[in-house]
Parts: sequence; C-alpha cells; structure tokens
Amino acid sequence: MLEPTNHPAARSFLFGRLTLDSLPFLQPDLEGRIVLVTLCAVMLGGLAVLGLITKKRLWGYLWNEWFTSVDHKKLGIMYMILGTVMLLRGFADAIMMRAQQAIAFGPNMGYLPPEHYDQIFTAHGSIMIFFVAMAYIVGLINYVMPLQIGSRDVAFPFLNNLSFWFTFWGAITFMVSLFVGDFSTAGWLGYPPVSELQQGPGVDYYIWGLQLSGVGTLLSGVNFVVTIIKMRAPGMTMMKMPVFTWTSLCTSGLIIATFPVLTATLLLLSLDRYIGTHFFTSDFGGNVMMYINLIWVWGHPEVYILILPIFGIYSEIVPTFSGKPLFGYSSMVYATCAIMILSYLVWLHHFFTMGSGADVNSFFSLTTMIISIPTGVKIFNWLFTMYRGRVHFTVPMLWTMGFLFTFTIGGMTGVMLSVAPADFLLHNSLFLIAHFHNVIIGGVVFGVFAGVNYWFPKAFGFKLDEFWGKASFWFWQIGFWLAFGPLYIMGLMGVTRRLSHFDNPALQPYFIVAGIGAALIALGIGSFIIQIGISILRRKQYAVGGDPWNGRTLEWATSSPPPDYNFAFVPNVHERDAWMDMKKHGYQRPLTGFNDIHMPKNTATGVVIGVLSFACCFGLVWYIWWLAAVCFVGVIVASIAHTYNYHRDYHIPKAEVDSFEHSGNWQDAAQGANA
Amino acid sequence: MSSMAVDTAQSRFLCLKEPHAHNGTLLGFWIYLMSDCFIFASLFACYAVLGTSTAGGPTAAQVLDLHGLAINTALLLVSSVTFGFAMLEMARKNKGAVMLWLAVSGLLAAGFVTLEIHEFLGMIADGAGPGRSAFLSSFFTLVGTHGLHVSVGILWLIVLMTQLGKFGLTDANIRRMQCLSMFWHFLDLVWVGVFSFVYLTGVLR
Repeated sequence: MLEPTNHPAARSFLFGRLTLDSLPFLQPDLEGRIVLVTLCAVMLGGLAVLGLITKKRLWGYLWNEWFTSVDHKKLGIMYMILGTVMLLRGFADAIMMRAQQAIAFGPNMGYLPPEHYDQIFTAHGSIMIFFVAMAYIVGLINYVMPLQIGSRDVAFPFLNNLSFWFTFWGAITFMVSLFVGDFSTAGWLGYPPVSELQQGPGVDYYIWGLQLSGVGTLLSGVNFVVTIIKMRAPGMTMMKMPVFTWTSLCTSGLIIATFPVLTATLLLLSLDRYIGTHFFTSDFGGNVMMYINLIWVWGHPEVYILILPIFGIYSEIVPTFSGKPLFGYSSMVYATCAIMILSYLVWLHHFFTMGSGADVNSFFSLTTMIISIPTGVKIFNWLFTMYRGRVHFTVPMLWTMGFLFTFTIGGMTGVMLSVAPADFLLHNSLFLIAHFHNVIIGGVVFGVFAGVNYWFPKAFGFKLDEFWGKASFWFWQIGFWLAFGPLYIMGLMGVTRRLSHFDNPALQPYFIVAGIGAALIALGIGSFIIQIGISILRRKQYAVGGDPWNGRTLEWATSSPPPDYNFAFVPNVHERDAWMDMKKHGYQRPLTGFNDIHMPKNTATGVVIGVLSFACCFGLVWYIWWLAAVCFVGVIVASIAHTYNYHRDYHIPKAEVDSFEHSGNWQDAAQGANA
Repeated sequence: MSSMAVDTAQSRFLCLKEPHAHNGTLLGFWIYLMSDCFIFASLFACYAVLGTSTAGGPTAAQVLDLHGLAINTALLLVSSVTFGFAMLEMARKNKGAVMLWLAVSGLLAAGFVTLEIHEFLGMIADGAGPGRSAFLSSFFTLVGTHGLHVSVGILWLIVLMTQLGKFGLTDANIRRMQCLSMFWHFLDLVWVGVFSFVYLTGVLR
C-alpha cells in the first residue's frame, strides 16, 4: 500500500499531494512490478496505435468525422468502442479476482495483497456498471432510437457530443488511477465509513470519475426524452413507437429522476472528504445510513436503467426472427412503464439488515416481489411471439434464447432475496454476487451482444461472422454457469463476498470451477473480438443491403450504413412496425425529387470542455488547486463562448442527397437483398 | 407494379416535402429543471434527517436570523416579479425596457447573494461553520447550493444581456430568455421551500 501523502506539509503548490511516491510503478515490490509491466504494455500499445494513426494520416479524419461529430450514429459507435475497451479492463479485474480466490487457501496467501484485491473488486464493479453497461446502453440508444423514429438526429446534437466526452473522460479518470496513485477500496458504491476514512487519492478518483460520467449520462437522458417526444416521424403516435424506443424513453425518464441523486450523494461525500462536513461521519451527528439510502435511491433504478433498453432489444429481435408482430405490444409498453415506476420503490431491499423494522421491510419486500409480475409479462410475450412463428436461429436469436433461460433463473433467485428474513442470511454472501451477475450478465450483457449482432449490419453494411458469434455465445453461456453456479452454492453455505483469502480448504474446488468458468468467458470475449476482426476482413463477402433481416421497424428502411441525414425523405407512419407496413404496400425507394436537408454542424466545444473537465478533476484528486481552478474557469469560458455561436446548422444540398441515393451503399443493398 | 401504384405508395409513406422541425429547447430545459429538483430533493432529505443532529453545537433557533431572512426573501421574490416585467416587455419587442428590467432583476438577485454570503460568514465567525455538526453541514449545503444556482443565474443573465445588446431579440435569444425565466422562477420556488422548511421550521423547533 502506498504511503498516503495527505499531510499538508508534504504538499507543493505546483503538484499538490502528487509526488514520485504516488507512482506505484516506481515501487520495488511485486505490485509495483505488475503495474510497471502493465504500464509498459499500455504505453507500447498506445504508441503503436498513435503511430499508425499518424502514419496513415488519420488525425484530420478522426477529428473532423468523429471527435467533433454531432452525428448520433457516430457517437453511438464511439460509445460502443468505449464500452468494449472498458469491458476488457473490467474483465481483467474479474479474472485476477477469480485467480486469487482459486489459489488463496490456508498458508497460500495468493498473489494479491488484501488492499490491492479491494481496489480490484471496487474497480471491477464500478467500471462494469458505469463504463461498460452504461456506455453500451447509451451507445445502442444513440445509434438506433433516432433511426427507429424516422428522425435525422437527436434533439440536442451538440449536447450529445458533450455527453460522450464527459463519459469518455470519466473512464480515463478511472484508468489514470491504475498508474498514478491508487484506487478506492470502498466497493463499487463507495460506502462510508471506508470511503470517508481512506486517505490518498483512491476515493477521489472514484468520486470525480463518476461525477463526470454521471453528468454525461444525465444530459443524454434529457436529450433522448426530448428527441422521442418532439422528433418522431409524422403519424408515429406513442402507441405506434417501436418497443425499443419505448424502453429508451422509460430508461431516460429513470436517468433524469435518479442520476441527480447520485450527483448530490457524491457531492456530499466529497464535501465530507474535502472540507470536513459531517454528512456520513460517525461523529458530530453524521449518519452513515443516510448515504446507504441515498446511493441506493439511485442504485436500484440504475439496474432498471440498464435492463429496460435491453428488454427493448429482445422485443425487436424476437418478432424479426419469428416473422411475426410482437405478441402483446400494449402489455409490453405498460409492463415497461410499471417497472419504471416500481423500480423507484424498492431501494431498501439492498439493506434489509439496516434494522428499519418489520413494517418497512415488508413494504419493500412486497414491492420487490411485485416487480417480477411485469417482468414475467414480458417473458411470456416473447415466448408467445415465438410460438407458431418461423424462428430463425441466428446469432441475435441465440443470445435471446440464452437470455430467456438464464435471466429467468436470475429473476427467481432475486425473488428469493426479496424475502426479508431469507435476506438476513443471504445478505452480503456469494449468493447475492451470483444473483446480480446472473441478471446483469444473463440480461444486460447477453442483450448487448444480441443487439450488436442485430444492428451491426445496419451500422457498417456487412454482417458479423456466424461461426465466431455462436462460439462466443456458447463460451459465455457455459462459462457463466460454471463461474456463478459454484457461487450460488457457496452463498447458500454462508460464504461472504469480497474476501481475498479463505481458511477452509473444502471451498477450494468450488473456486477452481468458478475460475474455469471465468476462463471460458475469456474465450467468449476473445471469440467476439475475433468475430469482429474476421468480419472486417471478409466485409465484401458479408456485405448486406439496407434490410438484411427482413426487419419491421424504420431503421431498416434506409441504407446500411445510413447517410448522414438518415432518410432522404422523412417517413410517414401509419402502423406499428412501419417498415413492414411499407413493404407490404409495395413501397419503392424514390430516386428523384429530393429536397435540401437541414443538419447540425460539427463543433469542437465538446472536446474542449471534456478535456478541461478531466484536468479539473485530476487537479481536485491531487489537491493541485491552481490546475482545478484554471480548468474550471476554462470550462465556464468555453461554455459561454459556445453560446456566441448562432450558426450551428447547414443544409445538405439536394444534389448531394441525389448523388448519395444513387451511390454504392444502395447498390450493395440491391445485391444483399437478392443474395 | 405500375408506376402509379408506386407513386401512391411513395406519397403515402414519405413526407415528400420536408416537415417543419420542432424545437425542443424549452421542453429540454424544463426536464433539466425537474432533474435539478431531484438534487434539491436529496439535499432537503438530508436536512430533514440531519437538521436536529446538532452534536452539542448551536441549534437552528440559535443561529438563524429571521430579520435578515425577510429582506433576503423580499429581494428574491421581487426579482422574480421584475423578471416577469422583462418578459412582458419582450413580448412587446421593447428591447430597451427588457434590458432595464433584466438589470433590475440581476441587481436584486446580487443583493440576495450578498446578504447570504454575509450571513454565512457571520455564522462561520461565530463558530457555527459547516464542519461544526451534521445540522450545519446540511444547512450550509442546501442553502449554499441554492445560492450557487442564483449566482449562476446572475452570470447567465449578464451573458444574455450582452447578447441581447449585440444581436437583439432574435428567435434564439427569445428562447434563451424563456429558459432563463424558467430557471429564475424555479429558484424562487426552491427558495420558498428553503424558507419554510429550513428557516421557519428551524426557528420554531
């Protein structure tokens, strides 16, 4: 453990509390060596990428077409790339924990000292939720939702770019903690008193990384709601919206209602840490349970923020590959809304052991059980959609079937945990760990892979390789059960979470099986990367048209990839499954009569504000006050300067639209449709 | 298929003329204000829980001054009225009067912030700073967050006044005025909550 340089005398004006001792890779111990090797690998990899970009002269292209882009499709893709990179980081943490727990028995202390192990499980949890799951969700909504409602972009394109950069720099804040200083040991929710008492920069990295990404997510939520309410194609009433759009709307509503609570809670924690207030301290009247309540008022809706859009993805995939309209559209919509509201009424089930009494516990126990009813409605709707359909077992459909099986079991163990007396025994045990991985991997992760396989052809104009897609699915599916089945069993036996060493050798076989499961999941992730790589290599062979799956909703009505303006003509909607309706009525794509199209201009403001915010947060973490102050003022000045720009849009001339509509993207489309 | 059927399908399923784009700024800003409401809700909840946790230090009744509060509240509420006058003048396209009423609103709000800072400094000097007890932590954070919002509003008002002076009452500037107006009244509403829940209840307790 690094010696905290928190003593005011050890601080300098220029570098705050940042000294050479804060760099773990300069330490002579094993941990230092590990970090040094990692750092070298990251530096070499990073330099290779930067060198390649420079050699291929891609900087201008990246800057103009991606970094400053306000196009929801490009931002969506950047979110997906961020999510994948962070998945590798978060999974590296997971496999380190599995390895430690498989060997650390009796006299063998394993290779990770406890304080290092604690940082790893903290980083694993917070990265997986904030920078993997959230990045994937926001990325998919960004890409798909505006296309599904027949819009040209989101309501606030610049804000969308800014949101991405906040999320990106939040992730960087977490990553920097690997090499400069250390990370929080207080768990993914930063519970006090540990998060209050831990000296050094770890908890501060955690706080400011989350504040950055939290602001980004909140702005995305506002953006999506306004987009869905204001920018739907003519004729698309609320009850004609695709279900994915509905779930995006409900998730965005939850984001708006919960992320401010996270912001406020972390603000209070940082006030305790920075200026010595007493919100969550054990003395001077502070109340630790206040933190636990507030963080779960955000934290429980958060898991529904993750799962609702995923339910939407399955609701798009199942009808497409069953060749039928979704069974029970209205009940699906009402179930989504019911879950949205109920998710706000269950937070206390995360700490039945607080001692709030039988009445309060019963209330939260019941609301928790009630949530399984609308969720069950959804499961039955998907099953009835498949019933008597012509089910195509494509890769997206495989992930969906795997989800139905795995998630249902995760839901049942959730109902078990909702029984307050049972929870007193299972609280903080490995049973809980197995449960939430069961619903997050079996629900969210499977759904993200289903969605990626489903919409990838839309985004890039070619399908993903089937073989490696199926390999990835089976590795994940089997690996998941091997990794978490033993945790369920050990949890029932009373083994608690977050331990880096065990005395009882009888447990070791379970942990070894769990380790093998994690290794299989690693193969699943590897297969996914290979799948992407091979598909890129064979992109000519796998090229498809605008509608490769015989889709039902509007995103399939345009070319793959879609033009900047999405649709040459805004669609006019008459039915649910608008694109299927168009196809049934013999719709053919017009090739003349185009109009000029009004579009937002790119802007560098998002990049500038993102970088300055990150530098400000870095200054706050290390008490480099001048840096924090200068960058904070910089953020304000950049924001005000942006408001002096009144010319934020331009017109794509109809000649350009005409030339795109006769271009290669559409010729591929014709071939794909024939193939 | 005959070309006529195709044409019918096209006009049925496509807007052959570009539809008028809706502007979502006001709705978006309204939703943002609702999310801001949740930040204040969290801080109010904290005050509700911690407001009596004085840890042997001063109580609300001992440190809160209702006389200063009366002036403070009057300044803020009147500034809402004068901002309303600015909006009325904007509807009449009377730029000079808009600027005048905006300036008056800004000055009243600046007076509010000045008094608040004065109150805070006085309390800290008397040993009743935010680190003294959980009650004072939650008091300073709730009231201070509101004061910070008012200060941001003043900065926004200054920027908007320069933009009105330079570019006039354009559509974009009218939209910004409407947003700032919402923000201004929202902060008034929050202050009514702070005033009743923190000050009045605190002094009664």
